[in-house]
Amino acid sequence: MALMDFFKKKSSSEVAKDRLKLLLISDRTTCSTEVMELIKNDIIKVISKYMEIDSDGLDIQITQTDSDDGHGKVPALYANIPIRDMKKSVPN
Amino acid sequence: MSEVIVITSGKGGVGKTTTTANVGTGLAKLDKKVVLIDTDIGLRNLDVVMGLENRIVYNLVDVVEGNCRIKQALIKDKRYPNLYLLPSAQTRDKTAVSPEQMVKLIQELREEFDYILLDCPAGIEQGFKNAIAAADRALIVTTPEVSAIRDADRIIGLLEANDIKKIDLIVNRLRMDMVKRGDMMSIEDVVDILAIHLIGAVPDDENIVISTNQGEPLVGDSSMAGMAYMNICKRVLGEDVPFLDLNSKEGFFTRLGKLFK
Repeated sequence: MALMDFFKKKSSSEVAKDRLKLLLISDRTTCSTEVMELIKNDIIKVISKYMEIDSDGLDIQITQTDSDDGHGKVPALYANIPIRDMKKSVPN
Repeated sequence: MSEVIVITSGKGGVGKTTTTANVGTGLAKLDKKVVLIDTDIGLRNLDVVMGLENRIVYNLVDVVEGNCRIKQALIKDKRYPNLYLLPSAQTRDKTAVSPEQMVKLIQELREEFDYILLDCPAGIEQGFKNAIAAADRALIVTTPEVSAIRDADRIIGLLEANDIKKIDLIVNRLRMDMVKRGDMMSIEDVVDILAIHLIGAVPDDENIVISTNQGEPLVGDSSMAGMAYMNICKRVLGEDVPFLDLNSKEGFFTRLGKLFK
């Protein structure tokens, strides 16, 4: 791959296009804090049906992670939800 | 049936004012009754691009504050009797007008004009909110540069969030020689990234500088930019006009002359 790059240098317009595509993905996925709060509350609601969770310790954010196919970073919704216990009776 | 069009870009210096002046003048040439509103309060420029800077008596802020009637503030164009300019105020700031006041003002203008064009300031703050408040559709101006396209994308998101559904793209300042070399994104690249409808592309043309120097929009003349702007005007009216071949920058005689050199 590195050797290929050496022989076939990307044109600056291709570089610009690639940079923009990644940039816009992350730009478009930024959420306002109000929306994040709404998502958080909904997640708590759903998970609480099945588990007892520590809602104060819940952390949720949009992060950038490496994509599976190796094409740079992709946005991901990251949630860290501490579980206290399973609910005894799971609703149908 | 009048239509209110906001010309916006997010980033400054990509050609919003030039586009407003040329599209407005072009629509007037096509026999529409047009008013151009400069909403960039504090940094007014549309008046100089139109060559009407010496005729300003009242401005947009005077109208919304009730210091004068709308008719008194409207400036008739030098060349086209069905083209008017409502200039912005130079000594005030964006907070002098509210979106509600803009809606009310434009409601009144709708009765008089076929097309109301709003030249939007750069940025996404109060001035932008004022400019889009009463718009039916938007023309997004961008250049084939990373920063301008990024801002255009943000603007498109904000327009959609404000329920402006008809959004068209103008790619400005194209340099086909650079595109060919691979050193500038092509029209297709930009459309591909922003994923909105393309209504026209304008080449980087030195005639634009000359026309701005003189205060006379070049729309409709024989320059590449002049033709490109006229085509945009026709497409705004709903005509199906084929896209210009921006590669044929030189006229027939220039090329003929080169043969004999």
